[in-house]
Amino acid sequence: MASRAHAAPPSRWRRSEGLRALVWLSPWLVGISIFFVYPLVATVYFSFHRYDLFTLEFIGLDNWRYLFKDDRVWTSIQNTLWLVVFMVPAQLIFALGVAQLITRLKSGLGLIRTIVYLPSLVPMVAGTVAFVFLMNPSTGPWNQLLALVGITGPDWFGNPAWSKPSLTLLAMWSCGNMIVIFMAALLDVPKHLYEAASIDGANAWRQFRSVTLPMISPVLLFSTITAVIYALQYFTQAMIASRVASGSTDSAGSVFTPGYPDQSLLTLPQWLFHAGFRDFSMGYACVMALLLFAAAMLFTTVLLRRFRYAEEVS
Amino acid sequence: MSATATAPARRRAVRARPAAGARRKTLLWIAKHAITIVLCIIFIAPLVFVFLTALMTDEQALTSELWPQTWNWSNFAAVFAKSKLVQWTLNTFLYAALATTFTLLSSIPVAYALARFRFRGRKLAFLLVITTMMLPPQVVAVPVYLIWARFDLTDSLWPLILPMLLGDAFSIFLLRQFLVTIPRDYTDAARVDGCSDVKTLFKVILPMARPAIAAVALFQFFYCWNDYYGPLLYAGVDQEGWTLSLGLATFKAFHSVQWNLTMAATLLVTAPVIVIFFLAQKVFIEGVTLTGVKG
Repeated sequence: MASRAHAAPPSRWRRSEGLRALVWLSPWLVGISIFFVYPLVATVYFSFHRYDLFTLEFIGLDNWRYLFKDDRVWTSIQNTLWLVVFMVPAQLIFALGVAQLITRLKSGLGLIRTIVYLPSLVPMVAGTVAFVFLMNPSTGPWNQLLALVGITGPDWFGNPAWSKPSLTLLAMWSCGNMIVIFMAALLDVPKHLYEAASIDGANAWRQFRSVTLPMISPVLLFSTITAVIYALQYFTQAMIASRVASGSTDSAGSVFTPGYPDQSLLTLPQWLFHAGFRDFSMGYACVMALLLFAAAMLFTTVLLRRFRYAEEVS
Repeated sequence: MSATATAPARRRAVRARPAAGARRKTLLWIAKHAITIVLCIIFIAPLVFVFLTALMTDEQALTSELWPQTWNWSNFAAVFAKSKLVQWTLNTFLYAALATTFTLLSSIPVAYALARFRFRGRKLAFLLVITTMMLPPQVVAVPVYLIWARFDLTDSLWPLILPMLLGDAFSIFLLRQFLVTIPRDYTDAARVDGCSDVKTLFKVILPMARPAIAAVALFQFFYCWNDYYGPLLYAGVDQEGWTLSLGLATFKAFHSVQWNLTMAATLLVTAPVIVIFFLAQKVFIEGVTLTGVKG
């Protein structure tokens, strides 16, 4: 505080600071006007219209009414919610467990971190194609490995009951980002807190609950929110898994029904994409976009609150 | 008083059965390392199986065998012969390289202003960065697509590259988080010395922010390299204009009985990413840590 006051720049400089900031920020301000503010307003506008790229017709609330008649939109919302409720916790718990284990090792930490992080770099499309093959019951090794321990594996990506759990396994395999973040957070927890806790007779679980969790909670919160938002926009892996497992293409002329098997992988962003850019019901796609926006904002608000708080503290 | 009395008592109790404690410690050590080794195998195994399958013959890849009878290295050449892999790689590289350059050019100044200038609305601007960063791209897809359609730029990758000239939320966020950790004294001193904002940015901020800039560049490059949603929306139906992820996504459909070639293609798409990672491992790990901990 004292040093800042001491080195304070001249006041004329200070007064012009707002104007200079505006100059520096102007390209970005133009950017969010074109690619964020305008599109949001336009999305609301289009949601009351029928639009197929050629004709624009005002239809009032028809798109919104159609929402309640469209079974697929509810299926897709359920699927997306499934990902938020099951895939996100699975990733978080797995990543935290792995990070806990690795940070306790005395040696080889760097090497193991590399091994664990590597899969998260595999391009999403490549990773998904690989998993569909690996978990294919007739050609892949996964069910053979399960057979060794006496488990008859299902037709993972071909069975509506197992397709989302299969993608969850893929998500756990590629959550190296999260593991690295958790490792850094765990290593940041001051050692003396654990020593104090163990002198007080706290067992490992108690130490985790009373020392580790509170200390890493800011990192945990940030990771959770980003994972939830990521689950809400889950698109690529679900679409690739459907395509590769069903063997269909999405090229012009061919009919591709997203969500194979049996719409179990039809997520909300996928149905939105399909309605808007394959069926060209752009007005209806905008209705779904607004649903997605509402869901994303719900979680973003939590994050915003935290950052606003952090700003006030600093 | 009782606390100081019980602590030495417990320590004595532990010392009383050193054998049991040591055995427990050994068992724990073995368990920890066994789990770690299994874990490493789990993370590596999928890539190994992909590699083994990529080297099998067409027929063998359709069986449940795991080890190639013959090592068919020519499968990799076959992937090049049967697809436009070279063209896709070029397109992907052009997309990733241009988008990354533009992102750095546009995002560094914004992050600098957000981290260093004191102005009304600064907090609001930062919250806006987080909001746009968290916005699923599908939310604004329709109107944004229509903008590019008006300029006749759909069926190309330009709609994915050009917006990067106006800043990328995630990059701004990451850079800003790093720049606020640079002590104000440095920039204040530069100002007292009569440095302009531009000169301060180049002489003081940029040299200090090199790790963060490297991380942002790598993340952006990889994001583009791996991007599927963007090219799917804009690259069009002509294979000449596709990226690697678009090509790989349809590869299986066009070569449906050739899992070996599909796996070879998968490896070829993955390989550059792995190579870059090993060259710049430190930047990655530091960058990832920055996204989570300082966030």
